Amino acid sequence: MANPTGWKPSMEKAAAAPAEAPEVGAGGATRGLAYEEPLLFERGSAGERMGVSLPPVQAGADLASDLPSELLRGPIAELPALFELEVVRHFTRLSAWNYGIDTGFYPLGSCTMKYNPKSSEALARLPGFANAHPLLPEELAQGSLELMWKLERALSEISGFAATTLTPAAGAQGELCGVMMIRAYHLSRGNARRKVLIPDTAHGTNPATSALNGYEVVQLASGPDGRLHPEAVRAAMDEDVAAIMITNPNTLGIFESHIAEIAEIVHAKGGLVYGDGANLNALLGVARPGDMGFDVMQFNLHKTFATPHGGGGPGSGPVAVTEALAPFLPLPVVAREGERFRLVQSERERPQSIGKLREFHGNFGMFVRAYALIREYGPEGLRATGQLAVLNANYVRAKLKDVYHLPFETDSLHEVVFTDKALKPSGVTTMDVAKRLIDHGFHPPTVYFPLVVPGALMIEPTETESKETIDRFVTAMRDVADQVKTDPEGVKAAPEKPVRARLDETRAARKPVLRWRPGMKVD
Amino acid sequence: MRYHPHTPDEIRDMLAAAGATSLDDLFRSIPDALKLKRPLDVAPALDEISLFAELRRIAARNATEHPPFVGAGAYPHHVPPVVDQLLLRGEFFTAYTPYQPEVAQGTLQALFEWQTFVCLLTGMDVANASMYDGASSTAEAALMATRATGRSKVVVSAAVHPEYRRVLRTYLAAMRDEVVVVPYGADGRTDLTALEREVDGRTAAVIIGYPNFFGVVDALPEAARIAKKAGALSIAVTSEAVALGLLKGPGELGADVATGTFQSFGNGLQYGGPAPGFFAARESILRQMPGRLCGATRDKHGRRGFVLTLSTREQHIRREKATSNICTNAGLCALASTIHLALLGRNGLAHLARLNHARGRELRAAMERAGFGLRFSGPTFNEMAFEVGDAEAVVSRLAQRGIAAGAPLARWYPDDPRMKGALLCVATELHTPELIELFARSVRG
Repeated sequence: MANPTGWKPSMEKAAAAPAEAPEVGAGGATRGLAYEEPLLFERGSAGERMGVSLPPVQAGADLASDLPSELLRGPIAELPALFELEVVRHFTRLSAWNYGIDTGFYPLGSCTMKYNPKSSEALARLPGFANAHPLLPEELAQGSLELMWKLERALSEISGFAATTLTPAAGAQGELCGVMMIRAYHLSRGNARRKVLIPDTAHGTNPATSALNGYEVVQLASGPDGRLHPEAVRAAMDEDVAAIMITNPNTLGIFESHIAEIAEIVHAKGGLVYGDGANLNALLGVARPGDMGFDVMQFNLHKTFATPHGGGGPGSGPVAVTEALAPFLPLPVVAREGERFRLVQSERERPQSIGKLREFHGNFGMFVRAYALIREYGPEGLRATGQLAVLNANYVRAKLKDVYHLPFETDSLHEVVFTDKALKPSGVTTMDVAKRLIDHGFHPPTVYFPLVVPGALMIEPTETESKETIDRFVTAMRDVADQVKTDPEGVKAAPEKPVRARLDETRAARKPVLRWRPGMKVD
Repeated sequence: MRYHPHTPDEIRDMLAAAGATSLDDLFRSIPDALKLKRPLDVAPALDEISLFAELRRIAARNATEHPPFVGAGAYPHHVPPVVDQLLLRGEFFTAYTPYQPEVAQGTLQALFEWQTFVCLLTGMDVANASMYDGASSTAEAALMATRATGRSKVVVSAAVHPEYRRVLRTYLAAMRDEVVVVPYGADGRTDLTALEREVDGRTAAVIIGYPNFFGVVDALPEAARIAKKAGALSIAVTSEAVALGLLKGPGELGADVATGTFQSFGNGLQYGGPAPGFFAARESILRQMPGRLCGATRDKHGRRGFVLTLSTREQHIRREKATSNICTNAGLCALASTIHLALLGRNGLAHLARLNHARGRELRAAMERAGFGLRFSGPTFNEMAFEVGDAEAVVSRLAQRGIAAGAPLARWYPDDPRMKGALLCVATELHTPELIELFARSVRG
């Protein structure tokens, strides 16, 4: 078989090289035994192989005789034909090319990469949960409904709101849901309004969500302390503004301490306040968005409540609202009648509902995991979560602010943003630092976000990381800063330990190769 | 607390380093009036043993002993243990979106393989890295069609999954677009005369189920032709993707976009989610597509690798001008499907599809023996609607025996008198011939 990955065997050369122990980074990273692995489709596709065991198809006449022959296809020639062990090795090897929280420290700012409890996985796989069909008759699904009802109550209490929908599939769909409810609320009062105010520190999903609802986005500048100031809101606020979308703490990790006054200004002109709950981890048990003037907020269960990120989802983005917005919640809603639970599915029962956002009832598998975490923590554990997350971030900040430029002196909560300003004379950038951290054995922080900070390095340690781990990370960050002075080219050449060095993103976008085809070439 | 590693000494040292006097002091930037002055009113903490007891109690209130005979958008299938064991490898499971490709080649290559599987099964040129679910994927396809054509009317068959249509309505209402529903005929297929009448120069998209909500293999080639003639995009929706092991891909039949879910591959029922939505299209629409795309490239030593690409369509770059607001999708579910499809391969997929079709035929035969005919005359794969008299009564009666009998179609079509006795049932590889026979007799009572 041709070698599709571009890998060249070099055993002789390796054997001839002088024995030298590989460099070990501050995180303990060294090179492991890693394999080149072709695409599934490039593997042998020998004849009759398959990796499943299925009952036979009853022999008989032409089985598909009742289907229109012009719609029938034979076996799809390009699909591979593999046996079980081949598939197991393929994905095991691919997994070894990945870095997860289970591998090491993952301080990706705004993503809250905390430990994902293994218990939660076992619980989500209890047959009663895992095998429940979404259209089970309600009397056969009381367990699912009880869990949803209890999670809904717990999330409402944690966030300080009247009610919560569990339906949205991820944070961004939660935002969509929230802004749809805001629009429905205004429409019910005669006018949907035209604009949404969004601070310049916001996640990209906020403006994208507003646009999906047909709203014009008005960007507000943050003040020199990284906070949104009431004057900026007052100047932009009028009766054409449907809402303001605020992340609190914001993406600089700074608490928007004028939130109550801002909410007053917006409410006074009939607008609503949307809370992006991506950073809720900082506030758990300490303060509640519902008590600060927010009218609606989405959760990210895959951040705050430790459901796995899975390489990009599934997420789960419940949305909490005040009493005034509750009639607009999407369907279904779980209702409790004594010890029985039922799903309210019909717009006849909830005439003001914005409708359905996804099929069935939401990402139930994630509800089980989040509920399990809340039950294991209890009130004290939840509060300790917020406290220790903030402690870890402040410790990182204190340990690094003499070597990395801190753009805002304002207090940090759960995350801290540095920049590459101090490294500039050497020509080393934030991206170079990020890549060099990989060689030390750490996942890089979020880079170049928020957009208002040039060369941002956004670090969110989360509460599940120990002081020892953070100390090692701090050492790595400082080692990189030292190396910038003595060997900037070495930093720019990083990473050297992973299975791939820096990848050419321009090439990928210029001549997109988005799927395998026979004879696939990447030029 | 096993997830909180800090000792009291460490907390003291760390506070000192951070210049704070106490944990509370760390929150001095929050005005006092906004702080919570009491413990959260949530249930007290549980140890692991008590936690398992409590969740087992709750799970036991669900009846899942028998495979359900209801599909209707979520299909009971066998998931080989290999899928879950590989999925649970922490390197996959606990990774984030692959923003740093050098340490995410595993996720990225698997996504590239997923995109390839989706293309091969749907007969399309390109596919994205997954969507939330079939319904929102379909709604996003309709939004994409309005952008690509500059038109605002979307024509959807009444035989498309009702929940998908509800989601479509929610998404399109936000953009003030118009949704027009065309009826189905006695064969359970879209009424092509009505479709032709509705599709005009203002139409952005025509949406057809394949197979449709009634399990009927709808008239996709004809619908695609009608759409094409009017300059509209044709969107084919598939919830039971196993059918694509026996039926030609929508792309081969003239559809421009294929959406739906691959839940049937490697993802259990989980009370309806999560499962991977898919989105595939012709190459010409690539730059209008929502969601993430994984592409091949090379590293600085010339070795092949994978990255997220064409992200200038996406919210984190384009903000309010993005093609969608989607960020996190259903990557892990897509990985589960990818592993299952790798195990199935060319031979297993064809086999599984034929087996499902055969089980559907056994269900039909058993129900006919029990005295229940088909509601619709159109061709079916593994799911079909039967005329059972009082469908709700049948469901209640079988529920008492712990069996999920099917979906009474009158719930979604209350105004159609033909639906009063219609019960939508499915049979897959999980439903043995004996179980099917028992089920048919139980329906009779």
